[in-house]
Amino acid sequence: MNPFRRSPFVIAAAILVYTFLYAPIIGLILYSFNASRANVTFEGFIPSFSERVVMEGSLVKSAPCGPFHWYCDLAKNDDVAEAAGNTLTIAFTATIIATTIGTMAALALQRYNFKMKPFSQLALYIPIVIPEIVMGIGILTLFSQFFGWINETLNLSGDARLSLGMATVTMSHIAFMVPFVTLVVQARLQGFDKSYEEAAMDLGANEWTTFRRVTFPMIVPGIMSGALLAFTLSLDDFVITFFTNGPGSTTLPIYVYGLLRRIITPQVNALSTVWIMIVFTAVLLLQILQSRDSKQHS
Amino acid sequence: MTSEFAVELRDVVKRFITPEGNEMAAVDHVTMQIKNGEFFSMLGSSGCGKTTSLRMVAGFEWPTEGEVYIEGKAMGHTPPFQRKVNTVFQSYALFQHMTVFQNLAFGLEMEGAKEAEIKKRVGRALEMVQLTGMDRRKPKQLSGGQQQRVALARALVKTPDVLLLDEPLGALDLKLRKEMQLELKALQQQLGITFIYVTHDQEEALTMSDRIAVMSKGKIQQLGTPVEVYERPSNKFVADFIGESNFLEGKIKSISGNEASVFVPGLNAEVTGTPISEGLVKGEEVTICIRPEKIHIADREAVQQNMFRASVTNTVYIGVDTKVFVDAHGVKLKVWEQNRISRLDPKSFYTVGQEVWLMLMPENTLVLKKD
Repeated sequence: MNPFRRSPFVIAAAILVYTFLYAPIIGLILYSFNASRANVTFEGFIPSFSERVVMEGSLVKSAPCGPFHWYCDLAKNDDVAEAAGNTLTIAFTATIIATTIGTMAALALQRYNFKMKPFSQLALYIPIVIPEIVMGIGILTLFSQFFGWINETLNLSGDARLSLGMATVTMSHIAFMVPFVTLVVQARLQGFDKSYEEAAMDLGANEWTTFRRVTFPMIVPGIMSGALLAFTLSLDDFVITFFTNGPGSTTLPIYVYGLLRRIITPQVNALSTVWIMIVFTAVLLLQILQSRDSKQHS
Repeated sequence: MTSEFAVELRDVVKRFITPEGNEMAAVDHVTMQIKNGEFFSMLGSSGCGKTTSLRMVAGFEWPTEGEVYIEGKAMGHTPPFQRKVNTVFQSYALFQHMTVFQNLAFGLEMEGAKEAEIKKRVGRALEMVQLTGMDRRKPKQLSGGQQQRVALARALVKTPDVLLLDEPLGALDLKLRKEMQLELKALQQQLGITFIYVTHDQEEALTMSDRIAVMSKGKIQQLGTPVEVYERPSNKFVADFIGESNFLEGKIKSISGNEASVFVPGLNAEVTGTPISEGLVKGEEVTICIRPEKIHIADREAVQQNMFRASVTNTVYIGVDTKVFVDAHGVKLKVWEQNRISRLDPKSFYTVGQEVWLMLMPENTLVLKKD
């Protein structure tokens, strides 16, 4: 038995830490049911259902969806739907590309010895440690210079002109995701024994078949955790997206930021709650899958 | 079979660059010819080049110099998947995400075998290693011994001409290892294919091999049958590495054909032995090697050559024999005396300080060149 297990100090510390972590989230979810439009203090739940929204000052007295008024309000908001669509499109595309590149980089770094290896390794850490805002400005400068130059040279006009949008956001996301994926996959590859690949080749498989049938299936959990990390980073990225987005490529974080600048209604909380639920379910599913996988293997 | 030799290494050198940037020859001008159907072992401690030699046969490494021949064909840079040899890995390297059946079927699928044929051959291979019924298990659900058998079956199912085994029994406990040694040997004889076996365990090599290459520092120290390498070690390294030996330093007084008389200053006496190294001459400094079990202890002097007085310094009883440590005029020797008689009576042991006579047989007293 661990002698520290029942120490009241440990219990108190645990309660404190968890409160600090989860109180804001619980508060946020609670406020998504707030009757007050101003959303500064909690004025209780919306008490009843009605055909139309009945307001009394800034308080909602009754609504078609009752306590879920802000969720219904959210559902009718096309801008949110568009922003959510953009966010997911960018996250999926960028994750797939960044995971591919990152995995290849990790395999190369783990497997081969080359002159620039220490430099390559170090260079991977730089994007992780430099402030995001620096990277955001850097990417913006690069794009505007490059696009300006192309637009000039090819004499493009109107819609044909290259400008910031979905593509630039996706590319910038790939740029900051690759190091994370590489590091996560690399960590998982540490324990990968080269003899598995040698065994496959020994049994008659060429390089590609060896990768497809042996290496890839064995490192897939590592790739998945790298991809998941990249995906969540993309979902909630604000700073870099802020610099690289353009018309029609508003993502949810950018949209929420826009809402906050005008007025904070419980709709923002409803949106956040939905968001949290989605992410939570995804992580839970992944956990279940992974634990089932490891049970099978042990 | 087109060639007399299953595998041949001709003057093979393999150099590596160490992390410090130095060049190092892991295998240094090695030549060996492994006959068809032979159980051939490469024996040596880690870093002696045995595994690198094996890996060059498998195709995981390419020689820096020299050439590897399989069935008489020069291998050059032929990749592993185009060589008709299969390997049993030290770590087994079983594919964890596949069942036992899938592991065995993998190699056959690569050959493009039909499903029915795969089923038949996998079934036969599993039967051969006594794992019938285990085909749906994952490697992690098997014991170490069973995993070892799967690794063996996975290589054998391909019906290779040559099977390469890289310390395949290293991870098993002693009892299981001894069982598997006999089983492997029986399997090799039954199948009639060439086994090249890498091990650091001398007993294992002696038990199973037709011939052994004793290696050290990338070079072959001796190549011969188990009896040859044990009874006639060609140098001090082999005598020391295989089994145990007593070494005496001396100078040749006279030499004639199969007998040499060596003056050993430590004993202050002449020892008659058999010259082993080539080209020994009178007056040469030599090393005399004698196995501890080949020294006879007598309690009184008989009129014979090669007898020396010594006093017992310690005895250790280890069941099958008793190790007697003696001191002859300051030269420390070890003598293994088999426990043919019961040692229940404490008087049957030599006592510390007891004076004894040591008797060396000239044919077991080997005269070797000094290193």
